[in-house]
Amino acid sequence: MSFLQVSFYCFSLILIVAAVRVVTVGNAVKAALYLVLVFFSAACIWITLEAEFLAIVLVLVYVGAVMVLFLFVVMMLDIDITRMRESFGRYLFTGGSIAVIMVIELGIVVMAGSFDLDRVPRPVGHDSEYSNTKELGILLYTDYVYIVELAAILLLVAIIAAIALTLRKRPKTHYQSPSQQLTVTKKERLKIVEMDSETNRSSNRGSSS
Amino acid sequence: MDPSDWSGEGFVANPFCISLAMILTNLKNLVRTWFLVELVRGLGVTSRYLFRRKITVQYPEEKIPKSPRFRGLHALRRYPNGEERCIACKLCEAVCPALAITIESEVRDDDTRRTTRYDIDLFKCVYCGFCEEACPVDSIVLTDIHEFHFEQREGHIITKNDLLDIGDRYEAKIAADRQADAAYR
Amino acid sequence: MMGALTSLWHSLPLLIQLGLKIIAILGPLMLVVLYYTYAERKVLAYMHVRVGPNRVGPAGLLQPVADAVKLLFKEIVIPTNADRYLFVIAPILSVAPAFAAWAVIPFSDTLVLADIDASLLYVLAMTSLGVYGVIVAGWASNSKYAFLGAMRSAAQIVAYEIAMGFALVGVLMVAGSLNIREIVLGQQGGIHQWYIFPLFPLFVVYLVSGVAETNRSPFDVAEGESEIVAGPHVEYGGMGFALFFLAEYANMILISSLVVLLFLGGWHPPFEFSPLTWVPGPIWFFGKLAVIAFLFLWFRATFPRYRYDQIMRLGWKVFIPVTLIWILVIGVARVLSPIHFVFR
Repeated sequence: MSFLQVSFYCFSLILIVAAVRVVTVGNAVKAALYLVLVFFSAACIWITLEAEFLAIVLVLVYVGAVMVLFLFVVMMLDIDITRMRESFGRYLFTGGSIAVIMVIELGIVVMAGSFDLDRVPRPVGHDSEYSNTKELGILLYTDYVYIVELAAILLLVAIIAAIALTLRKRPKTHYQSPSQQLTVTKKERLKIVEMDSETNRSSNRGSSS
Repeated sequence: MDPSDWSGEGFVANPFCISLAMILTNLKNLVRTWFLVELVRGLGVTSRYLFRRKITVQYPEEKIPKSPRFRGLHALRRYPNGEERCIACKLCEAVCPALAITIESEVRDDDTRRTTRYDIDLFKCVYCGFCEEACPVDSIVLTDIHEFHFEQREGHIITKNDLLDIGDRYEAKIAADRQADAAYR
Repeated sequence: MMGALTSLWHSLPLLIQLGLKIIAILGPLMLVVLYYTYAERKVLAYMHVRVGPNRVGPAGLLQPVADAVKLLFKEIVIPTNADRYLFVIAPILSVAPAFAAWAVIPFSDTLVLADIDASLLYVLAMTSLGVYGVIVAGWASNSKYAFLGAMRSAAQIVAYEIAMGFALVGVLMVAGSLNIREIVLGQQGGIHQWYIFPLFPLFVVYLVSGVAETNRSPFDVAEGESEIVAGPHVEYGGMGFALFFLAEYANMILISSLVVLLFLGGWHPPFEFSPLTWVPGPIWFFGKLAVIAFLFLWFRATFPRYRYDQIMRLGWKVFIPVTLIWILVIGVARVLSPIHFVFR
């Protein structure tokens, strides 16, 4: 076995074990951490396939950002495991049958031969001067430019929709505006009033003002 | 910048002129904000301090001068003829807020009252100096010794003999300190 | 002698060569981290008009060694209800990416462990992994303070990573490469070629985001010793704490070196005439690195800690728009300048 094969089997083994643990482990935070391990091993396998740009982007986006937010949410959940165990039997049939259907579907796709080794051979290796990133960029911005633009617009719409859905002005909240605080000058806040001095004896003046 | 903020009270006379002035101040604020002027000024302050002469006292080697009123380790004084000053009046015991002083007394052969026991618990003592204030014969004093230690658990209670020893050893300094402070008492 | 050494070097198997190279980078890095902590204490002390550590060894130079030995010999305490494995793994999770990122940092034109194609992205990916150490530590400690610190740190790092990434996009657009070595080579020819000038706003954003990303003062709310004790580190002592410490300082030096490579011309001297060009490239690199690393300490001595909501505001509502606008400016400038006046 070559070094490449050994590393492939190592990473695959880690990936499969971690992926199984994602669904079997009882704790949601640990499941999320196992999912991180899955992504990381997948990235390692992609690197052995010379897809280093995609691999790094997978680590950067999914591991570095998406899973952090996931963990952030999952950590704050208050899950009662025993209560969840109680209802396990009730959903067993529905969940199990969906799982079986999915396995059958996947089996059909895989067994149909569209992923055979002769259909999808290992990509030819390139020398070290070959820039995967550059090729990908050229491909994305020539052949697939409309799809990329479409995806970009979709994401933009999603951002705007998310902001529009969550943005609400509550009239009672008090907040500061730092930019306004910074621009305050003495002239705006301080008002110097000139007036005659008041004494206790001068009863003809004073109290009415 | 919200334009509605620009019109302040008392600026109604000529709206065009006023907005020009306000634009200028706004511009100044913008420059101040975006070029981080105040942060840079803060960095300037710390960089000046970086080269300033350091004021740390290298303690065991260097010591700062002590006031003659410094309240450190206790001592019992004697008269110049060698007679101990303490007459066992127990005023110090009474005034001690921490109940650190324990005194027992008896009549000596020459019919004077003297202490047989004068213990100070250094753990209880708060070094307030009330005992010294209360003493009618200037017997119990707080010296300016602040570097002392003990190595046995029971060492924190110092007895009459220890106190007299300390008084004998540092009498010159104790007397000089009292002399220096006498004018203010 | 040299010939014998080089032939010996080439006779070694590739894995051992690689291992020796890694040791040659990480060994000095640890030493630099050790003395960076000393420098921090000294600089802070001097700015406070104190003298700082000066007892252990001449001028206190052995102080970091004494600290390291002390931490090594401390007992490792695992809290009762902590998650044992995650608690032990967390410091390793924070150290490993901090060290792994150094694989692609070029010290000169030829001195680089792995000259990979997308090295800048690799560094960004590795620095983004560092947050796991903090989060896992915070969660596994089973402590309120550690958990709060982990939450703060996670939100903050995600926010500032975006600004950091966008700042890098600007650099990529000007340099036209994802390879750090090529980015530095694009800045050859003197100080006017350095990217700090056309990309000054991005330089500021990157530097400040770097300070925030490493959880350094004034963005150290994750640690916030006055409110949540020490954040995620609160339950750690001995070696665990030492590893977090190591990771933090290694990350600071990493961010400093990236600032030097991306904006300050890396190993190139500021002026291309003779007395300056005689100085070898790595010396220039480390000199600039030291200046930027000093900035981190200077900031800590100067600025009070940001309030948490203001940190978020600065990240999302100031830095990200600024970087986006400057990316637009760069794009327009590249399209509109046929003579390539600023951007070659």
